[in-house]
Amino acid sequence: MLAALVGLLGDFDLAEEAAQEAFAIAAARWPRDGTPANPRAWLVTTARNRAIDRLRRDRTLVSKTQLLDAPTATEDEVDWTAIPDERLELIFTCCHPSLALDAQVALTLRALGGLQTEEIARAFLVPTETMAKRLVRAKRKIKAAGIPFRVPPEYLLPERLAAVLAVVYLIFNEGYGGRGDLATEAIRLGRALSELVPDEPEVLGLLALMLINDARREARFADGAIVLLADQDRSLWDASQIKTGRALLARALRRGGYGRYVLEAEIAAAHVAEDADWSRLAVLYEELWRRTGSPVIRLNQAAAVAEAGDVEAALAVVESLRPELNGYHYLHATHADLLRRVDRRDDARDAYTRALELVHADAERRFLEERLAAL
Amino acid sequence: MKYMLLIQHGDTPTPNTPDAWARLSDEEKQAIPRDYQAINQTAGVIPGFWMQPPETATTVRVEDGRTLTTDGPFVAVKEALGGYLFLEADDLDAAIELASRIPAARLGGAVEVRPLVEY
Repeated sequence: MLAALVGLLGDFDLAEEAAQEAFAIAAARWPRDGTPANPRAWLVTTARNRAIDRLRRDRTLVSKTQLLDAPTATEDEVDWTAIPDERLELIFTCCHPSLALDAQVALTLRALGGLQTEEIARAFLVPTETMAKRLVRAKRKIKAAGIPFRVPPEYLLPERLAAVLAVVYLIFNEGYGGRGDLATEAIRLGRALSELVPDEPEVLGLLALMLINDARREARFADGAIVLLADQDRSLWDASQIKTGRALLARALRRGGYGRYVLEAEIAAAHVAEDADWSRLAVLYEELWRRTGSPVIRLNQAAAVAEAGDVEAALAVVESLRPELNGYHYLHATHADLLRRVDRRDDARDAYTRALELVHADAERRFLEERLAAL
Repeated sequence: MKYMLLIQHGDTPTPNTPDAWARLSDEEKQAIPRDYQAINQTAGVIPGFWMQPPETATTVRVEDGRTLTTDGPFVAVKEALGGYLFLEADDLDAAIELASRIPAARLGGAVEVRPLVEY
């Protein structure tokens, strides 16, 4: 409903305030008078009328002035099927590249996720005041700089959609580490995008990837320690969510998708298969590494190569990554594990020790300590 | 929407930097004035003047009634303004599209797109 109002009124704050007023009136009136036949139409009409009243009272507000000349409508006159959804316009506006990334994320969670400022602040571990300022500045910039409220034209769509997907993925990854509520929010956004842009393989790929990874959340921790995928209790996985994810991935592949999210979804799906095909995973990781150049993905590739049987080759790759990833505890943890497998126990001990110097999360620390002790 | 586009030359070769200018391909040497002309003739654009290089600038401040001058631009020479134009466009995307066609943007400089205060 907010999206429709922002589209009608052309102003975030005006839309939010009008929506709140409409809800307050509904809460007071509907118990008394009964719920209207078209609640959504009633709410949008009421909100729109309140906004017009406010604009008439406050003529110094510069906004869509043609609204001022519009007569106050009743809900019978407004064709509620014609009120556009406009959530797609809203998400593209929130993720406009001229806004800083942290502003894009905050605005998306606020405007599309409906999260309160305090909730968003808590999720990103910043004071509420800081988040409030961030949102105000972002909304001000949208108005002042003339960021258009629309789905971008054809020639801009690929890069703009990529920006939207990146924001959703970022929100999911924040949640993946443990803040479950953000992961749920990201999936909700992903679902909305898949309804609004149903034929884009990368949109389907991202949703598939999030669903499959999220399906394992109950099995990921035990007694406060991280549980590796190989050791996870599969009965705790959400099988139906994995099934949905796989179906979406299949749809994406049928549409000829082979972008990075489809690729990552294939990797996620391969990981949860009954017998993980490590050789195939190694190939998929290599392709993803070639696309992104990410050393972390190269590290994952090395792990897959080791699982496929070639520990020496994996060691060579990991050692080649030491300069770049020296400050990254997963590098040393992976290195330690590979060294252990080829019986270089002293070297493995050193690597686990190095990893422990760098690790932050308690769950991961416990895991590494257990591994070190087991040597 | 009204915008001012501020053209930061940065490392962009110009005729005032003859060595760097000489290293540009012939194609690029011809493209630059042609592109500037095309931009100045685009609907909605009010061309600005071409400023002399930042080294020729003088920065003026007044403190306690005294006029103080320093040699050079307000910011570092590398960050100083090279040129400007005014643009009337539908929205920020249209302004960004025009800014991306300004040669300085692809040759080591940048273009700042600033909306104007409108009453």
